[in-house]
Amino acid sequence: MPTWIQLVFLACGVCFILALKGLSGPRTARNGNLLGAAAAVVACLMPFFWEDLHLQHVPLIIAAIAVGTIGGVYGARTVQMTQMPQMVALFNGVGGGAAALVALLELHDVVETAANGGGDAPWFTLAATAFTIAVGSISFAGSIVTFAKLQELMTSRPVVFPGLPVVFGGSLVAALVLAGLLVDDPRMWVGVLLGLVGLLIGLLLVLPVGGADVPIVISLLNAFTGLTVAAGGYVLSNVLLLIAGTLVGASGTFLTLLMARAMGRSVTNILFGALKGGSTLGAGEASDRPVRSVNPEDAAIMLGYADRVIIVPGYGLAVAQAQHTLRELVDVLVEKGARVDYAIHPVAGRMPGHMNVLLAEAQVPYEQLREMDQINGDFKDADVVLVVGANDVVNPAAKTTPGAPIYGMPILNADEARQVIFMKRSMRPGFAGIENELLFDEKTSLLFGDAKDSMGKLLNAVKAL
Amino acid sequence: MILDTGVVWLTIFVLSVFVGIEVISKVSSTLHTPLMSGANAIHGIILLGAILVTGTTDNDVALVVGLIAIVLASVNMVGGFVVTDRMLQMFTRKKPAAPKSDQDRAA
Repeated sequence: MPTWIQLVFLACGVCFILALKGLSGPRTARNGNLLGAAAAVVACLMPFFWEDLHLQHVPLIIAAIAVGTIGGVYGARTVQMTQMPQMVALFNGVGGGAAALVALLELHDVVETAANGGGDAPWFTLAATAFTIAVGSISFAGSIVTFAKLQELMTSRPVVFPGLPVVFGGSLVAALVLAGLLVDDPRMWVGVLLGLVGLLIGLLLVLPVGGADVPIVISLLNAFTGLTVAAGGYVLSNVLLLIAGTLVGASGTFLTLLMARAMGRSVTNILFGALKGGSTLGAGEASDRPVRSVNPEDAAIMLGYADRVIIVPGYGLAVAQAQHTLRELVDVLVEKGARVDYAIHPVAGRMPGHMNVLLAEAQVPYEQLREMDQINGDFKDADVVLVVGANDVVNPAAKTTPGAPIYGMPILNADEARQVIFMKRSMRPGFAGIENELLFDEKTSLLFGDAKDSMGKLLNAVKAL
Repeated sequence: MILDTGVVWLTIFVLSVFVGIEVISKVSSTLHTPLMSGANAIHGIILLGAILVTGTTDNDVALVVGLIAIVLASVNMVGGFVVTDRMLQMFTRKKPAAPKSDQDRAA
């Protein structure tokens, strides 16, 4: 490899570090992302300027890049902000799949070289190849299942069948045996079989994970793909792939732990809780216990004469596209002299920070968005808490019911407010699939209906006061 | 003394692990989603590997597999960066609005 290309790769590696650094601060985030994109484009142009490589099939390669680029841009531009998490999962999955295919091709090279008497590859290279094939496939299959769960192509509840732990353990052992075989005597069929077993492991890994925990799994699979790319970099003797992959692997693992901490869960519990029977609690059915429902006019009176209002927005708000009407309502309440804040749970929406993106899209002023730690002490002074399309993040079961799937998750203390208004479509439980005691509390009123529709009625009623 | 090649690779790997953890250790939960998405785009750099492998093969089956890998990797890389930028646009768009409302208040 010419020295100047190696130096370009080094510069790209540095840019990736700066990109991640930039992405972790609100002011530098956008430039950080653009820097990362520029570095990635420059790096991918290098093979075309690398004369000794004698790159073949150039038109086909460019066509394939064009197809992928068009697909990627189309997906990224058209996706609804509410569907962002599954889009990230999908992009992550195809990356893992690409890495596994690259490793299979490299294995093909190794096998051919050996057949032509070119000598065997060192065992460590073969081990890295096996790792890339297996973990890339796990990441691919796992991400596709994650996508299906979030897109509601399949149930978001944990899927467990008898014998799952045995099958899962068995396929892990099979993967290790195949990897050992591959290192001992590299053959193509062993690599392909290893990839297939990887797909099975990925499937079995994500199926038992409940919908509420899926974001953590996306983050974890993201880290997996990073490590896969790093191992692929070693196999291909490409330092940039090693650096970039390792950066993503390490930061992704760390980010997964941060997210899990924000949700009060441990990663092992999320992945293997359902296998042990821990996360499958919860009836997941609508209850017929009595609740107090109100009409928009009554709710408007409660809100209109309140001094301190806290809004708890959830995914249901975003699905109904009611965030713009909600902002109007808040504007009217502020004009009437009330102090209004939005209480943002770290995992409101479908991923940490997802709700901030959604509300920013509706141009809610940044000062009104308050994080959980800042606002939790304020609930006891709040006259009214308006919960819009959220459920699990205000469920007191997280504090009171050991054994509930969300037990231990920090929640917003909406139960401490004087009055609580829930805007709900039905009595169906939240994403975690458990009943919310707060709904049956005597200070709670329920405003049934589609969030956007009810919000519009509520807005008009408040204006009419 | 010349370093063993394997040790050089291991050194790069270990140092990158530390850098990767260090650079994101102070991220606020607001930015978790864009950060995850941006990191996701960065591992799309496997596209470079896919181009290198595909461009040096003489086998037809390998060529087809390689082209599939290139398509998948470019979806990952390009889509990842574009979607991250879209998310971050949401955060920066209101920034000019904030000082404006301050002026309004002053006036």
